[in-house]
Amino acid sequence: MAAVSLDHGLILAAILFVIGFVGLLTRRNLIVALACIEIMLNAAGLAFVVAGARWGQADGQVMFLFVLAMAAAEVAVGLALAIRFRQSLGRLDVDDADEMKG
Amino acid sequence: MTALFYIAAVVAVLATVLVITRSNLVHALLYLVVSLFAVAVVFYTLGAPFVAALEVIVYAGAIMMLFVFAVMLLNVSADSPLRVPRSAWIGPLVLVAVLLAELVYGIGLSNHALHAGEVGPQQVSAALFGPYVLGVELASMLLLAALIGARHIAAQPEVPDTEDPAGARDEG
Amino acid sequence: MLRLLWIIPALPAAGFVLLALLNRRLSRRAAAVIGAGSVGLSAVVALLIAVSFITSPPPGDAYRQVLWTWFDVGGLAPQVAFYLDAMSVIFVVVITFVGFLIHLYSTEFMERDEGFTRFFMYMNLFVASMLVLVLADNLLLLYLGWEGVGLCSYLLIAFWQKDVQNVYAGRKAFIVTRVGDTALIVGLFLLFTQLHTLEIQPLMAGAAKEWAAGSGVAVAAAALLLGGAVGKSAQLPLQTWLPDAMAGPTPVSALIHAATMVTAGVYLIARTNVLYTLAPDVRLAVAIIGTVTLLYACFSALAQHDIKRVLAYSTMSQIGYMFLALGVAGWSAAIFHFMTHAFFKALLFLAAGVVIEALGGEHDIFKMGGLRRKLPTAFWAFIIGAASLSAIPLVTDGFYSKDLIIETSLGAVDGNAWLWLGALAGSLLTSIYAFRLVFVVFFGEQQTPVTLHPRWRMKLPLVVLSVLSVVGGFVWLPGWMGGFHPLETFLDTALPVTQTVADSFAYTGVSALLTSLVAVVGVALATVWLVESRAALERFAARPTPHDVQDFWLHGWGFDWFYEHVFVIPVKWFARVARDDLVEPAVGGIAWLNVQAWRALSASQNGQLRLYIGVAGVGVAVIVALVVLR
Repeated sequence: MAAVSLDHGLILAAILFVIGFVGLLTRRNLIVALACIEIMLNAAGLAFVVAGARWGQADGQVMFLFVLAMAAAEVAVGLALAIRFRQSLGRLDVDDADEMKG
Repeated sequence: MTALFYIAAVVAVLATVLVITRSNLVHALLYLVVSLFAVAVVFYTLGAPFVAALEVIVYAGAIMMLFVFAVMLLNVSADSPLRVPRSAWIGPLVLVAVLLAELVYGIGLSNHALHAGEVGPQQVSAALFGPYVLGVELASMLLLAALIGARHIAAQPEVPDTEDPAGARDEG
Repeated sequence: MLRLLWIIPALPAAGFVLLALLNRRLSRRAAAVIGAGSVGLSAVVALLIAVSFITSPPPGDAYRQVLWTWFDVGGLAPQVAFYLDAMSVIFVVVITFVGFLIHLYSTEFMERDEGFTRFFMYMNLFVASMLVLVLADNLLLLYLGWEGVGLCSYLLIAFWQKDVQNVYAGRKAFIVTRVGDTALIVGLFLLFTQLHTLEIQPLMAGAAKEWAAGSGVAVAAAALLLGGAVGKSAQLPLQTWLPDAMAGPTPVSALIHAATMVTAGVYLIARTNVLYTLAPDVRLAVAIIGTVTLLYACFSALAQHDIKRVLAYSTMSQIGYMFLALGVAGWSAAIFHFMTHAFFKALLFLAAGVVIEALGGEHDIFKMGGLRRKLPTAFWAFIIGAASLSAIPLVTDGFYSKDLIIETSLGAVDGNAWLWLGALAGSLLTSIYAFRLVFVVFFGEQQTPVTLHPRWRMKLPLVVLSVLSVVGGFVWLPGWMGGFHPLETFLDTALPVTQTVADSFAYTGVSALLTSLVAVVGVALATVWLVESRAALERFAARPTPHDVQDFWLHGWGFDWFYEHVFVIPVKWFARVARDDLVEPAVGGIAWLNVQAWRALSASQNGQLRLYIGVAGVGVAVIVALVVLR
């Protein structure tokens, strides 16, 4: 079925990861930041699957499954925190959370 | 199949870029869904139909649904979008360009072919119930923890009773 | 009688102590009596001892008196002991006698000064120190006297301390002579470590026995002592302090900077002559320094217009003659010239003091003039002094001593024609500048009126010194005049006899004629210059090149400028830089650096999530780079 190049797959993963990283560094909206984290996790999972397909083994897909479970857990908690964040600080600006200053 | 891979890859990249650049939050989320679909197609072309399905069902389905519910609860679209000045993009873009260059350099641009044939659900399940069974149990515990934690964190605390010196009580 | 030797320095010392303790409570009269009287009594004792020494010399032609042991540390146990031989006798008599005359003069010169008692206090201390210097039996005691006279010189130059220029002059004198004093003390260290004693006679004997002629250690010792002598005696290159030292009162200039202190260097070299015999190169250096200085000083004296500065350069020049004599092993000749110079130079300074006081403090000779009839005593004193300085033949003592030196510079075994020519040229220039001074001050038109006339206490010393300046030379007549030389015989008991080349031209009458001629020609030139065609010469002098040359000589050939720029300014700059603790900014810099680093780190902790992620990203990029690029 596949004659897809290993390297191209990995490069795709790298590109997606990097895009997510840029978004994380730049956007101030908390929800968008969480979405960017999802992008990065997705990219990492893609890398795993590509690697598994290289060897024709199931391990890559298994890793992707675990990454997926972890991402789901993280999103649940993260969004709950976002709700509390909005309640106490009034808006969803990441830069408002600077009590660690100094 | 290879052509499909590249098409899906391009779609994924474009959609992701749009995610991070949209000022409208809901638009960004929708583009993210598109990106996830494209990645699922990529999975299929790599000979991993099981994870392609999982990607669609869990990621694009459940997780994105969580995002949408959160947006609804927070009533975000009623806020004005937060503006980021153009100049704020420069530093991150430079850093990221460097990082990407390093990664590409490290990965190399050759054409190693992947294993022909797909790795179907049977193999994955066999692996899950075999060597990785511990991981599965741990993942389920993680999900349980996340469930309970999210419920507690997000619950509205009751307004403290002024006659009660013991302080606020959580509901439920 | 010789046992009274210790009284000679003790009397002025006691005078100093009394004047110091009773300063405010003494009347002028009492202070004068104590100040001048102590030196006078000392002179009397000195004369008595001299007579006793000459008529019945002690065994070995030397007398030693030990008073007590000064201290005893680590093998060095100098004693306070006095040593009297022919040379010391001459010095002691001259110091006390001329010193007394100057003290007497000062009682009138300083009578209106409010620091009267302080003046005599310092003067007595000076005389005591100088006597200790010449009577010292060991070099450490000599150094004590040496430092004492240096201190008094400083105190007395800066005597009128309300004018800060005087203080600067005193400070300059002290610092410049200090350079020489440092060389001297290092020389003392060297001598002690090599020969384990500082007593002069054992030292000389030990050096002669253990050190080979021309050996490094002899050269080093002789050169270091020469350094000290050069400083104290104001020879090149440490001569810059003497003209400025004229800021002190005139009696100070007469006593310290003409007759006594500046001759301490001559005394030192003569006393340690064994070292110089062992180091002929250094002795040659002495002669060369003497010759060059005497010529340098003559040119500078020609251009001066302050009456005392002319005399200061004149002193420098005459001491150059003494150094020249020492350099060619004419030890006794140098001492003879010291004696005659003390007489005529003190005379000239005291007469100059009369003129200065009479004109109300005027120093510039071009503002004087025509004083011939108004101040006759001063005039005749000046004529005699200048004549003696110029070595006018036969009737002045300067002739005999200077002629002797000129002869020796050629006729001694170590003499040579260059030194002789230099000495002759110096003699010519000396008469020119000396009589230039006489003519400008006492002849011509009077510019400033006379407001004060000297009385007996200023006139008597002038008369006495004038007589001495004439007859003082008759104790050593040259060979071709009959060979009456009791002084030479006397000094030969203490100093080595000068080796002379047999039948040298130098000792003939022709040579003496040449010397005389030179002196007279100089006077004639001065006459022509100043009395006859003054106008023509003034026109010549006003043209640029001669004017620049005159300016150059006026400022002592630029030595002051050179020392100022090469030494003084860098040292002052460094002192200013080092005044505010140099190390502190370095230490403070460490603290500052820390604060800056803290500020930078603080700024990076701004609580912004995105920044933190970005920094983490940078770290990731670095690590990936390290991994990928390996």
